[in-house]
Amino acid sequence: MIEIKDLHAKVEGKPILKGLSLSIKPGEVHAIMGPNGSGKSTLSAVLAGRSDYEVTSGTVTFFGEDLFAMSIEERACAGLMLAFQYPVEIPGVKNVYLLKAALNAQRKARGEPEIEAPAFMKLVREKLQFMKIDNSFLHRAVNEGFSGGEKKRNEILQMLILEPKLVLLDEIDSGLDIDALKVVAEGVNSLRDAGRSFLMITHYQRLLDYIEPDFVHVLNDGQIIKTGDKSLALELEDRGYDWVVEETA
Amino acid sequence: MANEEMEQLVSSEYKQGFVTDIESYTLPPGLDEEVIRYISSKKKEPQWLLDWRLEAFALWKEMHDPQAWANIEYPKIDFQAISYYSAPGAKDKNAPKSLDEVDPKLLETFEKLGIPLHERAALAGVRGVAVDAVFDSVSVGTTFKKELAEAGVIFCSISEAVQDHPELVRKYLGTVVSKTDNFYAALNAAVFTDGSFVFVPKGVTCPMELSTYFRINAANTGQFERTLIICEEGAQVSYLEGCTAPMRDENQLHAAVVELVALDDAYIKYSTVQNWYPGDEEGLGGIYNFVTKRGDCRGDRSKISWTQVETGSAITWKYPSCILRGKDSVGEFYSVAVTNNFQQADTGTKMIHLGEGSRSTIISKGISAGRSNQSYRGLVKILPSAKNARNFTQCDSLLLGDKCGAHTFPYQEIGNATAQVEHEATTSKIGEDQLFYCMQRGISEEDSVNMIVNGFCKDVFQELPMEFAVEAEALLNVTLEGAVG
Repeated sequence: MIEIKDLHAKVEGKPILKGLSLSIKPGEVHAIMGPNGSGKSTLSAVLAGRSDYEVTSGTVTFFGEDLFAMSIEERACAGLMLAFQYPVEIPGVKNVYLLKAALNAQRKARGEPEIEAPAFMKLVREKLQFMKIDNSFLHRAVNEGFSGGEKKRNEILQMLILEPKLVLLDEIDSGLDIDALKVVAEGVNSLRDAGRSFLMITHYQRLLDYIEPDFVHVLNDGQIIKTGDKSLALELEDRGYDWVVEETA
Repeated sequence: MANEEMEQLVSSEYKQGFVTDIESYTLPPGLDEEVIRYISSKKKEPQWLLDWRLEAFALWKEMHDPQAWANIEYPKIDFQAISYYSAPGAKDKNAPKSLDEVDPKLLETFEKLGIPLHERAALAGVRGVAVDAVFDSVSVGTTFKKELAEAGVIFCSISEAVQDHPELVRKYLGTVVSKTDNFYAALNAAVFTDGSFVFVPKGVTCPMELSTYFRINAANTGQFERTLIICEEGAQVSYLEGCTAPMRDENQLHAAVVELVALDDAYIKYSTVQNWYPGDEEGLGGIYNFVTKRGDCRGDRSKISWTQVETGSAITWKYPSCILRGKDSVGEFYSVAVTNNFQQADTGTKMIHLGEGSRSTIISKGISAGRSNQSYRGLVKILPSAKNARNFTQCDSLLLGDKCGAHTFPYQEIGNATAQVEHEATTSKIGEDQLFYCMQRGISEEDSVNMIVNGFCKDVFQELPMEFAVEAEALLNVTLEGAVG
């Protein structure tokens, strides 16, 4: 699905990613863990196309296409979605409006007709219920005045409606209490299938109890220095990152 | 997104910039008593009105252009280089008696602007809106006059009102904006040509929306319209004005005066969608829009609500205001101003509280793009008599790119201790984060900018009559339209 090869990227002139390689196949769930400043969030921002990150070398192919030749919205329409760590507030723009505009933009890109209003509302209500979100949510401005938990649930709601192929979950667990974490994890798990992949960025093993990964990677100083299965996350929880760094030094 | 891309994104295209090729009679440039006598005789005005004009002219000559205090810059205007009267048709032609006599070219012009003047077409197009169409210095026609008359509502050009309802005009003209109010108001009093007149009698709710469409066509002329709206006790009306002009390299002056009078329990809702030619990308040409608009809440529990969407003009200088004289009277000001390229706007409102329990609300949204410069200037004045008066003010500015400016000048004069005054202000750059968020969901850059800007203006757009809210949103999108870099 996505092939990242020897990726180097800078932020404000400072190298952050220093030769990162990673391959994700359809249906796989990957988790990336690592100390602060290791480049976890940079990776998701670079893949989604933020302009303040400069790719200096390396390649990324997404379904065989050169990802860096695609604009931000083309990547989104091709099925790449970033669930933000800090979803931004957009005053005056209703949630339901953003959802519909996004869904229709993506349908248009796929050559499908716009979704009819009744079908759209039916779809949205169903997903709201699943995410245990009140209907009034739709008519509130995007993320405005939302609690941390509401913002994260809103990201997952958008995911359920847009049905992306590859989801980058950037610290989706941060700021969530255990009940909210369960709802978010259920949302993610409900979408897991053979054709869809996830890349989770997290600090905490806790998330991985609810969304079980196939692979766990340790990111340090812009490179993946160790890959394992779920048990690696438990070991990291126990022993911290230092031993991995020492082992690979 | 880089700033150059942002600039390209907001580069605009003015769709109303065409010129109508029509025979017209235009006075040679220049301003003296003869010009004023000519305008007055052309409109067959009574002596008192001519005297009023001449008095205003004498006073104007003693006054100075108020350029000094506003946050705008323009070369000194040569008032002798402007023509003060231009009307379609030959010199001695009389004004058309009905819409059937109007030159088809004029009808076509308004049709092209989306303002159908045939009542049947109007019915099919904009439902339930009566239109007065003003072309340069004259009104070319007013629709649905008969239907309105049946309800007791008078809606006609001010020139007609002077003929048909002189007592009403004389009673109210200049009582809200005196002829010496300011430099441009004095000039307007001396040379005003046309504009609309609305009178809604006691207890009547006007059965349809009223609207005036102002079009400048002739080169080198100024447009000086005067509008007077009166709502008697318990009467209500919703009125909207729109305006456009051709694209020309030289600047043209538009100096209007609007007076509103609301008696006990009356409600006047006045909406403006201002789309005068803003000049080109280099700042060449465009309309100087120097306007005095004021509403007098003369009666108890009366209410005047101003809503304006300002997207056009090279320079806008206007402060639609309310004098809250009546007990428990209400004044509202909702404004969206968008400036791009080299446009300048110094706009805001004045809320003068005299009545006990009077309340006012000010919501102002300014969007600056390109190299434009924009100021909100507002006065909230609460006099000792206005016990328990309240005001809420919110001014938000949004910057697109890094070469534009936004300024806020709020003035407050509070004359008693029972008043409650709140002021909130924010200035923000259009969020890279907001844009990235929308685009990451698959929405194009242009649609994302439109969505964010429209969201920013929501509080004001929802105050517009439904038909016009859609138009205003579309206009905003056009102003910010351009190739995505």
